[in-house]
Amino acid sequence: MEDAGGGIVYRMARPETLKIVHLDTFTAVYHRASGITHLVTAPAPEILATLGEAGLTRSALLARLATDYDLGDADAAALLARLDELVATGLVSTA
Amino acid sequence: MRIGPVGFRIGSDWRAPVEQLETLYAAYPKPHDGVPDFTVRLFAARPWRRFMRPAVMIGGDYVLPEAAPLPLAQGLLAAEMGMNLQMALGQRRYLLLHAAVVERGGQALVLTGVSGAGKSTLAALLSLRGWRLMGDEFALLDPATGLIHAFPRLISLKNAGIATVAAELPADRFGPLLEGTPKGTIRHVVPDAAAVAAMDVPARPALILFPSFGFDAAARDVSPSEVFVRLTQASTNYVAIGERGFDALTTLVKTVPARAIDYPDTDSAVAQVEAAWAAR
Repeated sequence: MEDAGGGIVYRMARPETLKIVHLDTFTAVYHRASGITHLVTAPAPEILATLGEAGLTRSALLARLATDYDLGDADAAALLARLDELVATGLVSTA
Repeated sequence: MRIGPVGFRIGSDWRAPVEQLETLYAAYPKPHDGVPDFTVRLFAARPWRRFMRPAVMIGGDYVLPEAAPLPLAQGLLAAEMGMNLQMALGQRRYLLLHAAVVERGGQALVLTGVSGAGKSTLAALLSLRGWRLMGDEFALLDPATGLIHAFPRLISLKNAGIATVAAELPADRFGPLLEGTPKGTIRHVVPDAAAVAAMDVPARPALILFPSFGFDAAARDVSPSEVFVRLTQASTNYVAIGERGFDALTTLVKTVPARAIDYPDTDSAVAQVEAAWAAR
């Protein structure tokens, strides 16, 4: 598939701006910058953990998710859609 | 007057609602240092409405501009609504959960759920069966300690709940019957002396129940994430207090078990509460 992001590096929002609490199959994320609470489920917590502060490109992220996690039958397009949603919420940045 | 940790000052254009409050809250202390946290004012919608078909507007530190006036006969309800409004909009120290709370053995049982689920009725009945009433409207969760503080204002019984509790409680514990209110028929109950005497004693939450009246008896576990979502919806100030609210609520849902119980009648409700408490 086409990797529309090219060489852009995606990073988790700075750790000091997030508070992440695993509840069950859902994870609660408090975003200090916006004051908004997000309730996310797989693969969002895995994407955040994998990107970390160092950050990854879209293709590198997909490769790491495939080796590090069993995300069932999630396909690349679905994973990248979740990544774009995290960017829209501010939990992932491209800066 | 002071209810739990919160002091109120009630002012009114009319004498009657204040006299009713003074009677029903006779056993309650004054605010700490005499300084109230919130002020509620009951005032006439128009100057002449003090005398002609009196209409009570609710004012105070926090107001709802769209709120409709109530007839003077419901002045007591207006005062109670005014106190709830100040808490809902102004309380910053505690995470406020729309819930009834009772305590036994130093541990708190939190009953939450939609309006009409029977929280107030159930709390009143439990208070007659060995539980201490901590409140029928708000649970005050302290983010610093994880403890719940009591807010035992008058128990607000509605519609069918009034007769259910009246069958077990003497008439002198009841306020006036308020008919035709926006929530139907309402009658307030004065919490028992033990509830008022112990209102400064907080309790550690031990069980969260989501009661639903009108269904066959049933019970199920509720997952932490579902409790989290339902309690953020049941909180009037979760967003306002920010990260402290997030910390308090995530800790609560991760450490305290939660069950949903359905019940067709009050005997079944009490039995299910006791069963869930024993199994917590």
